Amino acid sequence: MMSGQWREWYPYISPLDPCPPMRVKRYVVPPNQFIPFQPMNLPQFPLNEALYRGTLWPALYSAYTPLRGG
Amino acid sequence: MDQASGQSERPQEQPQRPVAGDEAYRRQLEELQQVDFALVELNLYLDTHPTDLQALQQFNQLAQRSRHLRYDFEMRYGPMMNFGHSFSRFPWQWPETPWPWQV
Amino acid sequence: MWIYEKKLQYPVKVSKCDPMMAKFLREQYGGADGELSAALRYLNQRYTIPDRVIGLLTDIGTEEFAHLEMIATMVYKLTKDESAREMMLAGLGAHYANHDKALFYENAAGVPWTAAYIQAKGDPIADLYEDIAAEEKARATYQWLIDMTDDVDLQDSLKFLREREVIHSLRFREAVEIIKADREQKKIF
Repeated sequence: MMSGQWREWYPYISPLDPCPPMRVKRYVVPPNQFIPFQPMNLPQFPLNEALYRGTLWPALYSAYTPLRGG
Repeated sequence: MDQASGQSERPQEQPQRPVAGDEAYRRQLEELQQVDFALVELNLYLDTHPTDLQALQQFNQLAQRSRHLRYDFEMRYGPMMNFGHSFSRFPWQWPETPWPWQV
Repeated sequence: MWIYEKKLQYPVKVSKCDPMMAKFLREQYGGADGELSAALRYLNQRYTIPDRVIGLLTDIGTEEFAHLEMIATMVYKLTKDESAREMMLAGLGAHYANHDKALFYENAAGVPWTAAYIQAKGDPIADLYEDIAAEEKARATYQWLIDMTDDVDLQDSLKFLREREVIHSLRFREAVEIIKADREQKKIF
């Protein structure tokens, strides 16, 4: 879950908050943020995997595991 | 599913008649979806990288492969495109089920 | 000119009978950051965008219609066999009263689609940044939808669509670089 694409931050928690606090919040920074222009000759997934992943290029793949519960 | 009596059998033809929407149909469709997805992905890439020769060659090779897979699929299950981009047998096959959201 | 290909871009599978998900999936069907907005936005902008990027806008716009069809497939599969009562229990009562099981271009809250969701400023930088933002918003929406279902097969399709947004965003960023480049200079990449 904590791959290179995820960032964590710790929101302010008030002593007066009514509900049990979420201490850690996470967001994803997908690879497109670091690539102004896709370089040529990047390695590719095989075709069956590419369809499943949603891209031909592993360097551009952004995994998402659902954030369920707390 | 209408099967013309004069149709030649392909070497790897399944023993039973093709039934659109069954397991064999979905498998063959997925093979085509894999190739066509790569074509969309490469098409977008080439839109911003018009001088990448290697990508262009890969695109053309996959386009050929897509044509072959599409031909096999259509021979078995009927036309995949409208307005003359696919042929049809008699009676007119285009309205046949399943439509993509029904599969 | 458009022709239609009688196949989904990705094999959509829905394994869990959970019509409540259909209610939420509408967000990507007729919602502000959904596939209809994306398709119409790009296909409309392309008439006045610099020639070098018309191809990209045409192609991404067309692909978004394929994604719209995938969302429609999910909603269709989740609602086609539901009774009126089941639709009501799934939170789709208001929808059913108007539409029965018909799909409609509305968001998860039932708000109908509007062209106010899209923009075309005629300025290439403004238009392309609108497009980049749209892709990031769609990506985020898919994340929330993935969070909301435990149907692994449905998640597969939503993850595919989410990854497509990541790629589209990159292509629009590249388009910005292309139009930033001075005409006389050769772009090196």
